[in-house]
Amino acid sequence: MSARKQAVRLNRREFLIAGTGVAGSLVLGLPRMTAADGDERMLGFFVQINADGSIVIGSNQPEIGQGVRTALPMLVAEELDVEWSTVSVRQMPLGIVKTADGYAWKYGGQGVGGSTGLTSNWDYMREVGATARRQLIRAAAKRLGVAEDQCSTRPGVVICAGQEVAYGELIAEAALLDLPAEPPPLKDIDDYRIVGSQQRTVDAHEIVTGKTKYGVDTAEADMRYAVIARAPVLNARVKSFDDTAAREIAGVLDVFTVEGPEMGEPYVILASGVAVVATSTWAAMKGRNALRIDWKQSPSAADSSEKFWQENQQMLHSEGQVVLDDGDYDGAIAAAERGVTRQYRVPFVSHAPLEPQNCYAHVQEDRCHIIVPTQMPSGASRAAAAVTGLPRENIHVDMTRVGGGFGRRLTNDYVAEAAMISKKTGWPIKLQWTREDDMRNDFYRPGGLHEMRAGLNGDGRVTAWTQRLASGSKYYRRPNMPDEDLWKAELYPDDFPRRLVANMRLEYFHNAIGLPRGSWRAPAHNVNGFVVQSFLDELAHETDQDPLQFRLDVLGEARELEYGNHGGPTFNPGRLSRLLKFVAERIGYGKSLPKGRGIGIATHFTFGGYAAHAIEVTVSDAGDLIIERVVAAIDCGLAVHPNAVEAQLEGGTIDGLSTALGLEITVRDGQVQQSNFDDYPLARLSMVPAQFETHILPWDDVPTGVGEMGLPSAAPALTNAIFAATGRRIRNLPIGDQLKG
Amino acid sequence: MIRFTVNSEEVTFDGEGDTPLLWVLRDHLQLTGTKFGCGGGFCGACTVHVGGRARRSCMMPVASIANRSVLTIEGLASEKNGLHSVQQAWLELDVPQCGYCQAGQIMAAVDFLERYPQPTDAEIDKNIKNLCRCGTYVRIRKAIHRAAELIAAGESA
Repeated sequence: MSARKQAVRLNRREFLIAGTGVAGSLVLGLPRMTAADGDERMLGFFVQINADGSIVIGSNQPEIGQGVRTALPMLVAEELDVEWSTVSVRQMPLGIVKTADGYAWKYGGQGVGGSTGLTSNWDYMREVGATARRQLIRAAAKRLGVAEDQCSTRPGVVICAGQEVAYGELIAEAALLDLPAEPPPLKDIDDYRIVGSQQRTVDAHEIVTGKTKYGVDTAEADMRYAVIARAPVLNARVKSFDDTAAREIAGVLDVFTVEGPEMGEPYVILASGVAVVATSTWAAMKGRNALRIDWKQSPSAADSSEKFWQENQQMLHSEGQVVLDDGDYDGAIAAAERGVTRQYRVPFVSHAPLEPQNCYAHVQEDRCHIIVPTQMPSGASRAAAAVTGLPRENIHVDMTRVGGGFGRRLTNDYVAEAAMISKKTGWPIKLQWTREDDMRNDFYRPGGLHEMRAGLNGDGRVTAWTQRLASGSKYYRRPNMPDEDLWKAELYPDDFPRRLVANMRLEYFHNAIGLPRGSWRAPAHNVNGFVVQSFLDELAHETDQDPLQFRLDVLGEARELEYGNHGGPTFNPGRLSRLLKFVAERIGYGKSLPKGRGIGIATHFTFGGYAAHAIEVTVSDAGDLIIERVVAAIDCGLAVHPNAVEAQLEGGTIDGLSTALGLEITVRDGQVQQSNFDDYPLARLSMVPAQFETHILPWDDVPTGVGEMGLPSAAPALTNAIFAATGRRIRNLPIGDQLKG
Repeated sequence: MIRFTVNSEEVTFDGEGDTPLLWVLRDHLQLTGTKFGCGGGFCGACTVHVGGRARRSCMMPVASIANRSVLTIEGLASEKNGLHSVQQAWLELDVPQCGYCQAGQIMAAVDFLERYPQPTDAEIDKNIKNLCRCGTYVRIRKAIHRAAELIAAGESA
């Protein structure tokens, strides 16, 4: 249980802010009880109990489809002890508070990335609910003159020595009580009624009736609509423009340059452009189409994918930055009975959330209002502050439901753009990106060329292992980022097979292509899962070993290994073995299959969670690939919201397969070649087999995240299945039409 | 002035006739359940019914809608009948993740089930082309089958 570190009294509404030790961040604990006027009674920031007994629970995290808006309130409701059916959820804004030495976060840390939404709030949200419940118990005990330890609760009701008082009747009294210094007791896992139960997404009804508001749906008073014309060439700046025709379009109100950073500088927005502000989205788009813009020569004008891949290949001929050197790699590889070397190429890909980027901004002299679909509202606040110069406590950030994140919305460049346009015009504006803007101005998943080499002894055991990677790091134009640290985003040294193979080396080469890079669902894992699980398969086949048994032999028994990267502090290879054996058995691994049919398996540990896939495919003589069956399993510790765990496993798997099958971003003459879903063909329903199973294998009583874990092992299970079916090894993604030739 | 009906109500639009129906619905009629996803007819997030058939509203100039009837996600459920069977099935299977594409998915499925009341998986694969970036396809397929059952049960009742 976390210890409260400090208490800061805010005078206006007398919230008590308490720090907890969870995740090492300053987290705001349960505030001083407040009784609001009327029927709405607040128990702290998060819990509102209405006179009719209904409960409103605040959700502090952005909902990007991962289910956190359901899962976190489930934790509060569990400890508060109310019926889940009485709960509704409201989205909390960014809770920024000025303190003597910086800023504090009224509603705790807010932001979703790295699959931490649940884990970083696991203790905190339970404590919020438990604290509220304890206050209600204390109020009831006081009213009835009964000792607190004679009181307990059933859902929505305090029971004191045989007398019952509904929560709704106790709020005013509970609000007057001081908060005890010690944290409240938490429920035992065996007593959970809500956590671990099957619950529907809280907003499902609003979604299927079209009522949910996303960022694109923002409509505020006097709002204007803005789009930005962006350079076709990466990092090109505006030289001049002619807006004569644009201004003749009915509804166009203003046209002006939005200044961007110089190439190489840290960015707030990606690049300069020309903003068109109008009375409607369509008028703004038409105005943009009518612009004639002269762009300056870009330093990235000669960039191309072809050049990038050639350079990577060249780099691998030289010596890179050795970032891990365990044991005696050189000695072990020299002494090995067999040496196997393979190269894998993984392309740049785009996030392409279905809701294109957008942001509402209203910048006034002394304040700013932002409404935005973002994964990182504190970053939105920072971006707006950088543009407006306003103190951050005067920038109010509201979050909408988000039409997909996948890591793209960790970066708030569109917030800065919206703030720039509102600041310039003085109007409240909604900036809308088009699909083409989004696909050509992304922070792409880095492309990289991987050279894998392993040495095996006479028993077929791996004795030496190296991964040499030439890529563009996702650490793109970050301030204070030394070159020697760029590898840290692309190789996690403690990943498999660390501590399982004694002699191991990792080597990195950075290729600074002008294409922006960023975090894409399961960063680095989404690439390395494919590379490592493909290579293992090759090693097994090269040495005539069964791919499943070969993996199990390397992984070994269940035990905790030290893991210093994100998702640690430990990694248990036995949990991967368990999943692998499970999916293999479910799919009938080892059964005899007709020609052209094959089964592939893969497993990966991602940010604290474990997953495995078994996939069965058919490849026709003509090279037509059919995914016949998918079995996916996840071990996320305790599954808090199993329905969402399954959904994330389904979605992560499909994302991994879709990306491996057909997606790549390429550059020619400094221009991104893809622009929409015709040339960036996300998988459609027909790719997904009807035989698609997901399984949750529980472990212990603490949850891990689930948003990213289902992705990394999907693609290698597919390509391993293709090999089993055809003998053709896919070492170059996407698969595209490689099977046709 | 262009006249048409949306969800059985008469509406008029006096802006530019080349404005896509999508933006008339969203910006001018504040019917924001219909979503902008790609602007090129590829993703289907903007799917509505025009004259009873599923159409990509981002590709339809409003001038082409004159005197026609449009049904959007907001008009699919009725006070009299409650949720449409497809919406009901979507809830039962808890299809949405981010939810952004789902209005379009539902409108596409409603039209599809009118033409294929007892669909096979192959017919679903062939006809349901809307993109879902979250990958809710497993549940979409199940929900379409479930909606077909609900519709059939409703008709026989």
